[in-house]
Amino acid sequence: MDLTAYKFIGAGLAMLGMIGAGVGLGILFGNFFQGAMRNPSAAKSQQTNLFIGMALTEALGILAFVIAIMILNG
Amino acid sequence: MADPLHQFQIQKVVELPAFEVAGIPVDLSITNSVLAMMFAVAAVIVFFSLSTARAGIIPGRGQVMAEGLFKLVDDLTESIIGHDGRAFFPFVFTLFLFVLSCNLIGMTTYFTATSQLAVTLTLALLTIGTVIVVGVLRNGLGFFKLFCPSGVPLPILPILIPIEIISFLMRPITLTLRLFGNMVGGHIVMKVFAGFIVSLASLGFLGYLGGFVSLFAVVALTALEFLVAYLQAFVFAVLTCVYLNDVVNLHDH
Repeated sequence: MDLTAYKFIGAGLAMLGMIGAGVGLGILFGNFFQGAMRNPSAAKSQQTNLFIGMALTEALGILAFVIAIMILNG
Repeated sequence: MADPLHQFQIQKVVELPAFEVAGIPVDLSITNSVLAMMFAVAAVIVFFSLSTARAGIIPGRGQVMAEGLFKLVDDLTESIIGHDGRAFFPFVFTLFLFVLSCNLIGMTTYFTATSQLAVTLTLALLTIGTVIVVGVLRNGLGFFKLFCPSGVPLPILPILIPIEIISFLMRPITLTLRLFGNMVGGHIVMKVFAGFIVSLASLGFLGYLGGFVSLFAVVALTALEFLVAYLQAFVFAVLTCVYLNDVVNLHDH
């Protein structure tokens, strides 16, 4: 195999980091809705916190994506 | 298949002569990224001047949109930063509108300026620079209490302070990469699925079926990308508020 093939394999492996972000977002939104269904009146006020959590969780997945792009084009 | 990264290439639209400032070559040519940002700013200015030109007690459609955006960010600064949030409203609102308008211009017409690391990094450094300047101006050297949360047992501090410093230094990086990654990722996915349509349709009957699936996928992804375009601008504004809140209300950190 030549270098390009290794690059593609490496980029694919780097994207495995997205698994964690996916699981994290699932837990985050699942728990938010669980709480929101139990107390709908409090849900609106926590929406900003939900987005902060989403942004922080998603950032880790995006890091994996950026690394994959860097491997592919570096 | 066409290269899905081709859409992010910088091209010069208007060539300007390069000159040197203190031995450093400066090229102020207008590239497609710069042009897209100019469009974005112009769109915001035109939208807000038109929608507020004939502002009435009973708002029209444009006025409702403008007031909705205004109120969204106003509530954001008010609820996150608190009473002092008013002072930072123009900054947060400008950032929000610029990012939103850049994202939407990338989605609808021309070029996604926020898919360039240079643009998002500039926005993030601007934000974190504002946070540091505001923090030092308001608290003086007490700004460094940011890295030392109150009520923490002494033995834990040697571990906690480096973690806090690293997490503070990571803020501009994550702020940059989040916007950049979301925009680049979304646009690549759309291009890849659009490429699937053509390459599958050339395979014959079964390929047509696959092509239709990817066609619907592109439509759905486009809708999702509009949501992401708005959400990322919102998240950028929220995080700016959160970081500002850390230094504005440092005493109860």
